[in-house]
Amino acid sequence: MPTTEATPLTRKDFQSDQEVRWCPGCGDYAILSAVQQVFPELGIPREKFVIVSGIGCSSRFPYYMNTYGFHSIHGRAPAVATGIKMTRPDLDVWVVTGDGDALSIGGNHLIHTLRRNVNVKILLFNNRVYGLTKGQYSPTSELGKRTKSTPHGSVDFPFNPLNIAIGAGATFVARSVDIFMPHLKEVLKRAAAHKGSAFVEVMQNCNIYNDKAFGALTDKENRQQNGLYLEHGKPLVFGDNQDKGLRFTGTDFEVIELGNGKTADDCLVWDEKHANPSLAFQMASISTGDGLGDFPVPLGVLRAIDAPTYDAGVIDQIDELTTARPQTLDQLIHGTDTWTVDAGGSVHRGAN
Amino acid sequence: MTLPIAGQTDAGKAAEATVSDVVIRFAGDSGDGMQLTGTQFTNTSALIGNDLSTLPDFPAEIRAPAGTLPGVSAFQVRIADHDIHTPGDAPDVLVAMNPAALKANLRDLRDNGVIIVNTDEFTPRNLKRAGYESNPLEDDSLNAFRLYQVALTTMTRRALEESELDVRSKDRCKNFLALGMIYWLFSRPLEPTIDWLRVKFRRRPEIAEANVKVMKAGWNFCDITDAFQVRYDVEPAKLEPGTYRSIHGNSALAIGLVAASRRSGLPLFLGAYPITPASDVLHELATYKHFGVTTYQAEDEIAAVCSAIGASFGGALGVSCSSGPGIALKAEGINLAVMVELPLVICDIQRGGPSTGLPTKTEQADLLQVMFGRNNESPVPVIAASSPADCFDTALEAVRLATHYMTPVVLLSDGYIANGAEPWRIPEVEDLPDLRVDFHQEAEGFMPYMRNQETLARPWAIPGTPGLEHRIGGLEKEDVTGNVNYEPENHDHMVRLRAEKVARIANEIPEIEVEGPQSGKLLVLGWGSTLGAITGAVNQAWADGLTVSRAHLKHLNPFPRNLGDVLDRFERVLVPEMNLGQLALLLRARYLKDIETYSKVEGKPFTRDEILHRIQQMAGA
Repeated sequence: MPTTEATPLTRKDFQSDQEVRWCPGCGDYAILSAVQQVFPELGIPREKFVIVSGIGCSSRFPYYMNTYGFHSIHGRAPAVATGIKMTRPDLDVWVVTGDGDALSIGGNHLIHTLRRNVNVKILLFNNRVYGLTKGQYSPTSELGKRTKSTPHGSVDFPFNPLNIAIGAGATFVARSVDIFMPHLKEVLKRAAAHKGSAFVEVMQNCNIYNDKAFGALTDKENRQQNGLYLEHGKPLVFGDNQDKGLRFTGTDFEVIELGNGKTADDCLVWDEKHANPSLAFQMASISTGDGLGDFPVPLGVLRAIDAPTYDAGVIDQIDELTTARPQTLDQLIHGTDTWTVDAGGSVHRGAN
Repeated sequence: MTLPIAGQTDAGKAAEATVSDVVIRFAGDSGDGMQLTGTQFTNTSALIGNDLSTLPDFPAEIRAPAGTLPGVSAFQVRIADHDIHTPGDAPDVLVAMNPAALKANLRDLRDNGVIIVNTDEFTPRNLKRAGYESNPLEDDSLNAFRLYQVALTTMTRRALEESELDVRSKDRCKNFLALGMIYWLFSRPLEPTIDWLRVKFRRRPEIAEANVKVMKAGWNFCDITDAFQVRYDVEPAKLEPGTYRSIHGNSALAIGLVAASRRSGLPLFLGAYPITPASDVLHELATYKHFGVTTYQAEDEIAAVCSAIGASFGGALGVSCSSGPGIALKAEGINLAVMVELPLVICDIQRGGPSTGLPTKTEQADLLQVMFGRNNESPVPVIAASSPADCFDTALEAVRLATHYMTPVVLLSDGYIANGAEPWRIPEVEDLPDLRVDFHQEAEGFMPYMRNQETLARPWAIPGTPGLEHRIGGLEKEDVTGNVNYEPENHDHMVRLRAEKVARIANEIPEIEVEGPQSGKLLVLGWGSTLGAITGAVNQAWADGLTVSRAHLKHLNPFPRNLGDVLDRFERVLVPEMNLGQLALLLRARYLKDIETYSKVEGKPFTRDEILHRIQQMAGA
């Protein structure tokens, strides 16, 4: 199949002619912009990108990207994407989903796509509310959330998306924030480069139904204080003046004040490639960004390990068997036991 | 037919009688290997050149409590020296491996039929489990039959005295003792089964040889003793010249899909979730990776259909296969394929219902589900296979419609033909339909929802093609551009356009043909797996001098364009269906014609005689 010359692409090449119809002030605009900036830098021809989505505000994303796109049905984007990637490994397949789409109606597809390690990138825009259906609580809404469907406060506990992904065996798990543009772009590039399922939670503000859901992190004065920017091989240091750190006691994380003899050397050095997912799970658990707590909100790459991808495994088997067992359609149709009736009506075993 | 008691005799040997048609039922516990025994008898008879038809009947439980009625598994096979259409109404021979198998199957047996029982299993405990108050082998309750009492278990153990297998493994060979006896009784060679055993157990030759030994012991027992006074033969059927094989419906369906993949040049992708009685399609296609077939055992029915839609978007032949409950779950996915107008084949191997229903039994009650079981106006072509071998042709037709019209297509089969087998005259590959597909390449003037003016199909433009980047989805599309559009006039137009696209299929599918008088008093109209019983019944009615016609539908949506005219030419139309009248409902609505339904929903196919009696009532003098 023909492909275009690798001419340098620009952000404009990825903007479709469709009018963007998110609410003014929606965090999705920033994410769209980040993706449109990152895609041209990946060195992949535009026609090789496919963006698949489900249902919800975030799932309108494909319409605004000038790539191949598929706005499917509620929760099923990972299943559609899996079918594409299994049969078209040459394509770069991205799933855009939300907290309701991925974690409620589509939870099953999300976990199975991650456990199989299908080589697709999954961006989960988490605004902790149902926006398109006008403001019901979501599976990531905090306990006690008052919404139209929970007027007296929700009484069920929320999911932590990162922990779902880590628990499902995802080989790449990261988190960023809609308006942290440079950080978001860096995380998107890391996800793009990962071979296997890449799961990225993007904390996204719904200024209509759940404004400032992550205000404790995203307000300008809080960003350094409450964000823990994970970097592989670097100590866990955070705070306005990089004056705090996290150490691991053996069972728990603990915040320590740096100075007075305590230095970055006393902090845990982050290892995103650790074979055992327990520490990443524990890291994801320290804060979900609910508010100012003792712990900062981990951002960046929690986990990035190498593992065979499902699609490659499937295709390898097909390639291997196609070579090892050449068979014609005629042979297949005949099978192993045939008999032949000749013109005179006599019968003998086998084909003509 | 009734097996004759006497025949030509050589001194000291059993008499030999040639019969034209015989029905044998093997019945035992679900662990007794009855399906396997029946299949071996079928395959051997196929190789002899008999026409044949089979009816497996097994419980939903893998191993129901041993010796109980719910645990009985049966396999009926009919072999004949002439063209037959059904597995037979009543067995001539019943092999009953235990009291429960006897009790569950006796009522179907023909008068004076042959019963072979394993006496070792007729213990007080097993008799009680089967609900017998007295031992039927000892009271007079079986006097109407020819009863042969054989200690199958004892004889099997004796035959394997020198084998090192444990007793349990030895006992598991007893079905081959019964098979050896039946092979002798019907003059079949042992070699095909011996060959099969040695391939099947090539890694465990001791198992293969034990079964071979036991089967030969069964044969020799009959040959040496005078257990049977008469031995039968069924000569080859006068089939059309050609090369044949025996094939099950699900197997024909799987091979048909591979053939369609080859003839279209599209790689086959099957997304499926295990469900009875459709799983065998997944199992079989999973062995065809060397044909470039991708099989995906998805996490659920929804993922199965959605992955197939994704594969189709990418330019593969997306297929999903299930049964009624799974089809219900796929409804939203099928509707997505309707909206995005991508090719997709959905195979529904129908079973008894509603809900979980009768997983291993047959029914034709998903017709209205696949026609209408989706939200809003959702036109989908529906076709039905009418016999095991016909599943092959139906698979090719489903793929042709899906790719030619850019639409999801439902293929209906059912448990009866999925698990049943018949001889199949193997087609020449070059005679199969040419299904080549052209993906859209030209960027100039491309719009995702522009249309072929004849078929109304939109172009298939696959990712990776430069300049054709476009977005599709479940929101209403603007005509031609494919952009999201909520305008009232556009929606009305698109709803009608999608309906018209499917309706136009009628322009190029074959007209329905009437067998027998082209007009008159009575037409028997069927669809799907009732073909065999209807054909057998109508043939017999003709032989009896009755005036009746028959016709059979493969295309259920849209109907053949002449169907209304055909219905109008008959005073009465009888539709036998394994449901409460679903096709009849569609026909009445569409043609304002009174249709008489003959319903049967017992989880079992119609017998020939059931339909014949109805014809006699309606067309009789």
